[in-house]
Amino acid sequence: MPEASSSPSPTLPVVARGLVKRYREVLAVDHVDLNVCAGDVYGFLGPNGAGKTTTLRMALGLITPTAGKVELFGRDPMTAGARALEGVAGFVEAPRFYPYLSARKNLQLLAALDGGDAAARIERVLATVELTERAEHRVRGYSHGMRQRLGIAAALLREPRLLILDEPATGLDPGGMRDMRLLIRRLADEGITVLLSSHQLPEVQELCDRVAIVDRGRVVYEGALADLRRQGGAGYRLRTTDDTRALEVARRHEGVDNIHQIDGALGLQADEQHVGTLSLALGAEGIGILALTPELATLEDLFFRLTEESAAGNGAQPPAPEDTPVRLAGAS
Amino acid sequence: MSATSPAPALLPAPHTARRPRTPTVYRWELRKLVAQKRSYLGLFLGSLIPVIFVVVQLLVQHDHRGADNIFASQITQSGLATPVLMLLFQSFFLLPLIAALVAGDIVAAEDGNGTLKTILTRSVDRGQVYAAKALAAMTYAAVAVFLSAAVATVAGVAAWGFNSITTYSGTVVSAPKGLLLVFAANAVYLIPLLTIVCIGLLLSAVTHNSAAALVGTVGITLVLAIVGQIPGLDSIRPYLLTDQYSNWHGLLRTPTDWGPIGHSAWVCALYAVPCMFAGYLVFLRRDVAGG
Repeated sequence: MPEASSSPSPTLPVVARGLVKRYREVLAVDHVDLNVCAGDVYGFLGPNGAGKTTTLRMALGLITPTAGKVELFGRDPMTAGARALEGVAGFVEAPRFYPYLSARKNLQLLAALDGGDAAARIERVLATVELTERAEHRVRGYSHGMRQRLGIAAALLREPRLLILDEPATGLDPGGMRDMRLLIRRLADEGITVLLSSHQLPEVQELCDRVAIVDRGRVVYEGALADLRRQGGAGYRLRTTDDTRALEVARRHEGVDNIHQIDGALGLQADEQHVGTLSLALGAEGIGILALTPELATLEDLFFRLTEESAAGNGAQPPAPEDTPVRLAGAS
Repeated sequence: MSATSPAPALLPAPHTARRPRTPTVYRWELRKLVAQKRSYLGLFLGSLIPVIFVVVQLLVQHDHRGADNIFASQITQSGLATPVLMLLFQSFFLLPLIAALVAGDIVAAEDGNGTLKTILTRSVDRGQVYAAKALAAMTYAAVAVFLSAAVATVAGVAAWGFNSITTYSGTVVSAPKGLLLVFAANAVYLIPLLTIVCIGLLLSAVTHNSAAALVGTVGITLVLAIVGQIPGLDSIRPYLLTDQYSNWHGLLRTPTDWGPIGHSAWVCALYAVPCMFAGYLVFLRRDVAGG
């Protein structure tokens, strides 16, 4: 996966700088900065009303930013119009189609609006989302899941290099959600950059390598998901031959925090260096180590921690460049 | 949708595809109109009224000779009087209503359904979409007028024959020339009618609401019609849009009186051009947050 640099190239799939959208007194998006690199499966996470969809609408040129700008492959949709969407496809909120037309007619219409040889891809994209047999049926009779799949098909007609998907699995049954995840994964493997807005944390955890977490219109974290999990919630579980004495030793040990007893073991937080010195200290005390297991925080833990800290008024920080330690808004 | 099933690879490729042109977008706007049942409602109404009119006249067997209107007095003499009378009757309310029905709906309905965002995230500019929608709404209005005229002509001729007809100036014209004049009159009537389409488009883009745009458009024409009836406002009457509905009368005189036609053209332009331009600007800049 390409690394995001601190001074992003203007040809990155998505670059947002100081993006603001205000609706009278409501600040929907508050100085959002984003860097989506080529090849990313980029999770755009946040609770309902956090400003995800508004940000995506601005990215697609559907609504005008109050301030700031967003560029797709170096082009601003506000000034470049439809040219800015070359190589870009996707949908915001639920994909919408003409209910009185069949799926095939809808795709023919959209292919006509795409130009080029998009019409020649209709059969292929219908097959990809397994709607060939229902292609002649009017969309009016489609289930939610079928419309979501048709939305993906409509996006694939454009042979996108960047796919913007807003809650693609919302409303799908578990099987549909799994299939949607597999499809997105496959498209990403084929080299398509994916910007995936979601509040389904398992989906993001499974699919995404980089994430931005937004809350109340502000980015509270941007960076690699692995970094977030490692640094945001690095902890260890320790089982010894004498947990009572091990607890005393750990409490005396410098650099080891948040020591607690849990399920017949000790939980603690420390960096790798201090975990090493702690294990030596335990050995010196004659305490045998039965197991020392690293435990990464789940995305769900981190998400709630970040958004709750944001809600508590700790505010947002600028996105963390890849080459610097991950910064958590409000985290010390 | 099983990701494990074999499917052809969809390799991303840089897009250098030729972008669609406005006529392509226009053709699809027409196809959408054709595919919607409600599009046929206006056409049906515009066609039904002449048929009802002819049937009632045949049943009543009323002698219209001596009627105030010269074409009304010729109903049973020439089938060509029927489309002229129908244009006279329908031009003040029904045809503007039919035009407003589609013009007021064509942007607002897509906004409400969320399909506007679907088409605006493809490879067409907003200006192209607006132009295509305007052309489609105008095409629909023109089809409604000519379809109504055609049905009225066929019904009238079937009932009373394809005979010569006397025009407003008292000149008798042959049936073929009369037929030509009937359709020319309908074509001239399109000048104010397309102006109503422009008003409907503006309201459709501004209100995001089909019903509001329809009621607004019809309401404006009614207000103008009422203003035209207020005593003491005679001096502004020639500049009211509703006063241009009878611009085609000049065609049914010998020699042709082009004055009202030219006058209506520039008066209608005073309404149509600002509305069309304002609608275009609104559409270009508006936030598409519906759906």
